[in-house]
Amino acid sequence: MKFVDEFRDPELGRAVSGEILSLVEPGRHYKVMEVCGGHTHSIYKYGIDDLLPANVELVHGPGCPVCVIPMGRVDDGIAIAHEDGVIFTCFGDMMRVPGSNGSLMDAKAAGADIRMVYSPLDALRIAKQNPEREVVFFAIGFETTAPSTALTLKRARAEGLKNFSVMCSHVTIVPPVRALLESPDLRLDGFIGPGHVSTVVGARPFEFIPADYGRPVVIAGFEPLDILQAIQMILRQLATGRCEVENQYKRVVPYEGNLRALEVMAEVFELRPHFEWRGLGFISHSGLKLSAAYSELDAEERFAVPGVRVADPKACQCGEVLKGVIKPWECKVFGTACTPERPIGTCMVSSEGACAAYYNFGRFAREREVV
Amino acid sequence: MTDPAVVSEREQKILGIIETARGKRAKFRDERINMAHGAGGKATQGLIEGLLAPAFASATLDELADAATITVDDVDLAITTDSYVVKPLRFPGGSIGELAVNGTVNDLAVSGARPLALSLSLILEEGLAAEALKAEVEAIARAAREAGVEIVTGDTKVVERGHADGMYVCTTGIGRRDPRARLSPAALRPGDRILLSGSVGEHGTAIMLARGEFDLDAEIESDTRSLWPVVDALLEAAGPEIRCLRDATRGGVASVLNELARASGVAMIVRERAVPVRPEVAGAAEILGIDPMYVANEGKLVAFVAADAADRALAALKAVPGCEVAAEIGEVRTEPPGMVLVETSFGGKRVMDQLVGDPLPRIC
Repeated sequence: MKFVDEFRDPELGRAVSGEILSLVEPGRHYKVMEVCGGHTHSIYKYGIDDLLPANVELVHGPGCPVCVIPMGRVDDGIAIAHEDGVIFTCFGDMMRVPGSNGSLMDAKAAGADIRMVYSPLDALRIAKQNPEREVVFFAIGFETTAPSTALTLKRARAEGLKNFSVMCSHVTIVPPVRALLESPDLRLDGFIGPGHVSTVVGARPFEFIPADYGRPVVIAGFEPLDILQAIQMILRQLATGRCEVENQYKRVVPYEGNLRALEVMAEVFELRPHFEWRGLGFISHSGLKLSAAYSELDAEERFAVPGVRVADPKACQCGEVLKGVIKPWECKVFGTACTPERPIGTCMVSSEGACAAYYNFGRFAREREVV
Repeated sequence: MTDPAVVSEREQKILGIIETARGKRAKFRDERINMAHGAGGKATQGLIEGLLAPAFASATLDELADAATITVDDVDLAITTDSYVVKPLRFPGGSIGELAVNGTVNDLAVSGARPLALSLSLILEEGLAAEALKAEVEAIARAAREAGVEIVTGDTKVVERGHADGMYVCTTGIGRRDPRARLSPAALRPGDRILLSGSVGEHGTAIMLARGEFDLDAEIESDTRSLWPVVDALLEAAGPEIRCLRDATRGGVASVLNELARASGVAMIVRERAVPVRPEVAGAAEILGIDPMYVANEGKLVAFVAADAADRALAALKAVPGCEVAAEIGEVRTEPPGMVLVETSFGGKRVMDQLVGDPLPRIC
């Protein structure tokens, strides 16, 4: 077993497609949301839409941690990057996110020492190799990446590093999903549960969705067969009147999550009282900051940041796309004023963003069978 | 609830707007140069089409071919230029010197010109070890011998420590148009078949791993080689029925396909299953989150061949040493013009777009 090829087998794909077709009630329109940017990407990359009947609609939710970073936060990062002697490190996708006056990529072209890293441990290595420079790591992501940031901070503390700090913009998955479900202009039948964040938090935190909001959730892997199977499992729940959390990604996701990772996170981080999400506004207890015990490694304590709240540009409808209220191409500036080369909002910047994914992969109109 | 018919009409309108925008000549509106401009994707195109080509106002330049034709006393010469800024200087399968020779030779070869001679310009960083320089000079000499070209003139400069990453190499190549070749990026026709001379993604991946930024070990080597023997074999087998050849360097096969779809105003469909990728490259690409179709190659070409010559062209390709896994990967269609579609290995369809910026470090 190669662990990849089997999950991309077109024969199996067609079989699951067939099962989906048999589960769909004629004349009924289904809206299924995936909350994870990685799922959006896979859906487009493999053309999964093509394998679904036209009345099963996939809606793209706010699972892209880059997409939801508001402009003011990017500006804060750029401000730190421009400080004398700072080496500012961040993940690749973050480089092109627009702030109010350009992105980190633009700041790099203007002379700031900004370096792309694949892991916070790379940033730590840079700090050790450059003891006379201040190295800052821009930490983003859901609970998926928070544990590696936490471990890096513990290591920095253990090694007594004085020139390393973290600008923490980690967010948590449950509050925005809950905020979505509270939204009056939303109508969803089920959720494809996020596959990576649940390896850390487990399946348990999603129990509130069937319990409080009566929607089935199926946690899914990232291969095309995983996603198709998860959709089939959601439709089967709907067809049989069940409503629960199911785990399609059992080979990776444990129900209880990763206890060690959760412990480390609890030690290093605490919840901010509220955090601003692009397009979703302020959500309480949805963002992480360094706990008091780790405050000397907090970049926001070490450097002065503008901390200005910058409103999203008027034309930008990222919020509605993130909530799944409109499709990317329904945004007034999609494909015209807002393109991957000149993005207005972050949904177009990140390769996981719904708009970038649709622009790059989904522009080709397809004929689909209406059931 | 919006009427689905109206909604669908709007979607079509947006798709139409995007397609029109894609067809327009790119503009250069950036305030500063950034790394995306060197990636070989849309930003590079904007720079070339929006700034450079208009400024130099040459009909020959406007063709934006890999090599330009200059006719002197009825002799068609081809001329090309290139620069090499790869880091690290040495990597599994090759070095900057080899890339410099093969890359230049290949630009001539895929333009249908037999490579004859190269000029060599070296920009050396103060402090570069003589041993390192000697190794590169040896590599250049060896690659030139293997490719059958002479290094006939050159230049040397030294810049201060902190510049040139050890060494930069610039070349100009001269070749003579082969009479068997009738190549043009605008020559593609619906029905033409798309051939690939071997497996993809090796060079760029080897460079990424050689930079040591990832704790990833894999037996992946750069595929740098002269493509003249490959071109020679294709021209011999199918001469006038070869519409166009391109080496799939910066930006990978995906960029080549997109450029040519635009240049000829045709569509293309690629069958993902048919594209040869070595398992180690596929594995490394998965982990790094890269698509091998966008990764640079330094010894692979894409050939667009008229339908009835495709089988013999492919047979000729496979007979060239090193091209045993050459394959037909797709075909040229009419609709939608300028777009490259992919039939994914899973069965669905999607668009294979041009790169916007550069997720990879400098690779050539």
